[in-house]
Amino acid sequence: MEWETVIGLEIHAQLLTKSKIFSGASTAFGAEPNTQACAVDLGFPGILPVLNKEVVHMAIKFGLGVGAEIAAKSVFARKNYFYPDLPKGYQISQYELPIVGKGHLDVQLEDGTMKRINITRAHLEEDAGKSLHEDFHGLSGIDLNRAGTPLLEIVSEPDMRSAKEAVAYLKSIHSLVRYLEICDGNMQEGSFRCDANVSVRRKGDSKYGTRTELKNINSFRYVEKAINYEIERQIALIESGGKVTQETRLFDPAKNETRPMRSKEEANDYRYFPDPDLLPVAVTEEMIKTIRDELPELPHQKRQRFMEQYGLSAYDADVLVSSRALAAYFETVVEESGASAKLATNWIMGDLSAALNKENLEITESPVTTAQLAKLLQRIEDDTISGKIAKTVFEALWNKEGDVDHIIEKHGLKQVTDSSAIEKLVEKIIADNPEQVTDYRSGKDKLFGYFVGQAMKASGGKINPQQLNELLKKKLSA
Amino acid sequence: MSLTAADVKKIAHLARLNMSDTDVEVYSKQLSSILEFVEQMNKADTTGIEPLAHSIEIAAPMRDDQVSETNQRAAFQAIAPQVEAGLYLVPKVIEGE
Repeated sequence: MEWETVIGLEIHAQLLTKSKIFSGASTAFGAEPNTQACAVDLGFPGILPVLNKEVVHMAIKFGLGVGAEIAAKSVFARKNYFYPDLPKGYQISQYELPIVGKGHLDVQLEDGTMKRINITRAHLEEDAGKSLHEDFHGLSGIDLNRAGTPLLEIVSEPDMRSAKEAVAYLKSIHSLVRYLEICDGNMQEGSFRCDANVSVRRKGDSKYGTRTELKNINSFRYVEKAINYEIERQIALIESGGKVTQETRLFDPAKNETRPMRSKEEANDYRYFPDPDLLPVAVTEEMIKTIRDELPELPHQKRQRFMEQYGLSAYDADVLVSSRALAAYFETVVEESGASAKLATNWIMGDLSAALNKENLEITESPVTTAQLAKLLQRIEDDTISGKIAKTVFEALWNKEGDVDHIIEKHGLKQVTDSSAIEKLVEKIIADNPEQVTDYRSGKDKLFGYFVGQAMKASGGKINPQQLNELLKKKLSA
Repeated sequence: MSLTAADVKKIAHLARLNMSDTDVEVYSKQLSSILEFVEQMNKADTTGIEPLAHSIEIAAPMRDDQVSETNQRAAFQAIAPQVEAGLYLVPKVIEGE
């Protein structure tokens, strides 16, 4: 039996404002419990919410970034449910009239092809507080600092057909919100979270299967794992004659499985209605125009430009534009060095990225500056050092040993380009290895690499490889 | 439209209100009469009229994104029933109770 997976994502992006969506309390992360929860956030009697202008601007920015219709008029509604970390007894959200309507995002898949994922809507809402269930003498502790933090909930159509596609889409949204500077994208701190709706159906069926909603997936890796586990679970269940129940399931990363959340009774009876405390939000053409004019170059535009301007492959371009800072680093290095874009790409995506990953650093925290890397590339291109030696210089740069020329000088890494010196070395190697020379001359071509290795070893890798190859060939065939 | 006792019990449960059967009967009547009163509006012909999101026809005023609130935790927690380590303590809510 062939199965098809259907996935839709609901992404919650915490908006990067200084104050909350409806109050003047701070949104800074990590404060002492309840020190950033004011009377509005606590739901005191008589309080009135006042909308934060920046929140509306950020939602419009996002809408323009995904080519969506921006509603001229959108309405806040109350979503009613009972939970202690929601002091008002309702969450202010948007229901029938969200601020961002239908849009789409073109996502690059692993094989390099593009896939369009449609976005149903994006709406504004406030976050709830946090419940701490550790033992407080049989009670729960409530921290309301997060209550009232602005969220943009981005709802996709069920357009994804595999866990990998879902991750690719999630990464594209992640990169977009960071380009737009509307969300810091920090998944560990929960400022970028995702729920996945997953179902399976027999290939060719037009009706969707029953879906489950996966929660608590706070990294890209977990999204893939949770969805794949859920797909297998659902298929096994149906194939053994069972039925999928529509329910919410939690992903447990420690056990790599999903399990049903104990269902809140009548949980979906939210009794939405327009919030009488808030007037409709009006967005004018003028506001949209001002924001559109201020939009930065977006990831997909930058990707296209990098491919055209620098001749990069789709894959390389995609990696480099994944963050605005990384793309800027790349462009600065190319500009300052005058080196080929390919060389810069290889170094940034290779040695630099590996070193950053190893120490868990962001590109903005790189110990190697753009000016230093640019100088290194120049020294490779002008043959002062070989590509191999450059790795040694890079390591020294990383360890803050000073600038490139200083390091080359200090460690005596300058490439030997003096032909007579290379010739002497080649002659010595030929003299020292009579057996290999005889074998080579009788047709064992592969031994050429052996001689190159010997020469590199003897010189500490400092010989210009092209010159060495030429001289070796000449001398060996003599 | 009138509300049955079951409707009222369901609403009370959603709001976590404890209600005696006598109360349920009283509230069924009172809530039903409110609904009936409001229902008169259904008689008005609203064809071609755009739904109103609010009775005041102006747009939401917005404020600048500035932190204007200071930490008043001590004052708020002075009137809370129980606090510990800066947290408000509440009875445990077990889902699916």
